[in-house]
Amino acid sequence: MGLSKLDNLYRQVILEHATHPHHHGSLDDSEKTIELRNPTCGDVLKVELIMANDKVQKVAFSGTGCTISQASASMMTDEIIGKSKEEIEEMVTIFSEMVMGQEIDDDLLGEAAILEGVAQFPARIKCATLAWKAAYQAVNLEN
Amino acid sequence: MAKNLKKYRADFPILKQLVNDEPLIYFDNAATVQKPQVVIDTISHYYEHDNANVHRGVHTLAERATEQFEATRQLVADFIHSKSADEILFTKGTTESLNLVAQGFAQNRLKPGDEILISIMEHHSNLVPWQQVAQKTGAKLVYVGLTDDGRLDINDARQKMTGKTKIVSLTQISNVLGSITPIKELTRMAHHIGAIVICDGAQSVPNMPIDVRDLDVDFFAFSGHKMGAATGIGVLYGKNTYLNDMQPLEFGGEMIDFVEEQRSTFKEVPWKFEAGTPNIEGVISLGATINYLKEVGMVNIHAHEQVLVADLIPMLKAIPGVVVYGPTDIEQRSGVISFNLVNLHPHDVATALDMQGIAVRAGHHCAQPLMKRMGVSSTVRISLYLYNTLEENQKFIEALIATKEFFKNGTI
Ligand SMILES: Cc1ncc(COP(=O)(O)O)c(C=O)c1O
Repeated sequence: MGLSKLDNLYRQVILEHATHPHHHGSLDDSEKTIELRNPTCGDVLKVELIMANDKVQKVAFSGTGCTISQASASMMTDEIIGKSKEEIEEMVTIFSEMVMGQEIDDDLLGEAAILEGVAQFPARIKCATLAWKAAYQAVNLEN
Repeated sequence: MAKNLKKYRADFPILKQLVNDEPLIYFDNAATVQKPQVVIDTISHYYEHDNANVHRGVHTLAERATEQFEATRQLVADFIHSKSADEILFTKGTTESLNLVAQGFAQNRLKPGDEILISIMEHHSNLVPWQQVAQKTGAKLVYVGLTDDGRLDINDARQKMTGKTKIVSLTQISNVLGSITPIKELTRMAHHIGAIVICDGAQSVPNMPIDVRDLDVDFFAFSGHKMGAATGIGVLYGKNTYLNDMQPLEFGGEMIDFVEEQRSTFKEVPWKFEAGTPNIEGVISLGATINYLKEVGMVNIHAHEQVLVADLIPMLKAIPGVVVYGPTDIEQRSGVISFNLVNLHPHDVATALDMQGIAVRAGHHCAQPLMKRMGVSSTVRISLYLYNTLEENQKFIEALIATKEFFKNGTI
């Protein structure tokens, strides 16, 4: 099999997000900040948010990580802009179900649906979900 | 010339499989090693013929089980050259052994202002128990640093051993860097200032001959599963005088002499530390493992690993973008090699290698303070054992180059 199966995990779009992540950096005026650690590798991921009219107005993430965690974080930031707390909670739940191999309605996830290949690599599920967990916790923070 | 270990590979049934359609190359031996057929058979035989609880019954099976159980204590004593079997305690592993010394022995002796000396490359299980004891007693946890090539810095150790140092606890082989620490020399230094010396032998017992009397350490801990036995069985060796001073952390059946309503008396060392029904199959598997390793020869295992490492490190270093951590002098290292590929995360490397049938570890290897000191959050680690081969080294290098090609542009 060699590396051919790897293409399912590391699709071109994923590699592009990982090398050129969107919304990478930090917000000077962040209102909601969450830092999470991936316990298996010790990587730290920080998500910062600003909400306006109950919707995410600005988002940024920082920290280093593997391809999967960086690409997932980058896609997450693209997808949650303009979404409400409730919508984001639902997206995070659906995303987790997807990478654990469950059948889901992936319309809500936009481009991030491409990460479904992670389901074939159980050791990497935590890498994929880290940023989404951080987003979930961030929108639930009291200002 | 070292004995050729090739014929022993066939003793490990698990190695004969394909993983992701490729022949399995198991390079994660520092985490746990594979079991020879004789150990697997010994466990089955025990359950098929001799299973009974130990130290209790008068019936034949109970006697057989007890006999094998206690015979293993003697085998362990001989294997690490301790004076007698009553210096050998069975635990569930290195972690429990070190916790027992920390809480059952050191905690009762330490006072505020005393110092516990460990190194920055300790596994969390030789670090967190000492943090706990330091917090409870007011003692201070002091760290010995490393040389630039990842060996314990003896000069730093010498400076940090003072009249305040009461406990010195060091790993003999780093599970991240593979560096071998000269425990005998350090023990002499530590005894000179009156400190008690504990050695974490989790990575050394499987890979080299051990003589606890020659090292002169006061306590020595190791795990069965890292040498070929079942999981959940380990050993704590302690010098008699210190074991007599140590308090059990668990109380109940098996460890008592007489129990009255309000008080009890305990058995002698070592049994007073083995409360409850022990891991009998684990102990018996440890006995079979030791017999197997004696046949292969610990000197030969160590020599074999050095041949593999001497072959692998130059090939690794020749790949542009690979950074190898740990001692450059092969003599000073065991079969553990940590490395990173520039611009590639260890998790991605490990997944790509797994797709090519190669099992390696990626992560912090239970040594977060060391990772911080090295300035990385994680590494890829390969660790070799008696059944690994030069051919596997070659395939591994090819797989690593293919991995690098796959992620040509880097990903971080
Ligand atoms: C150096 C070292 N010390 C301690 C341990 C802990 O061993 P165990 O998990 O078997 O208790 C390990 C194993 O991971 C190790 O490599």
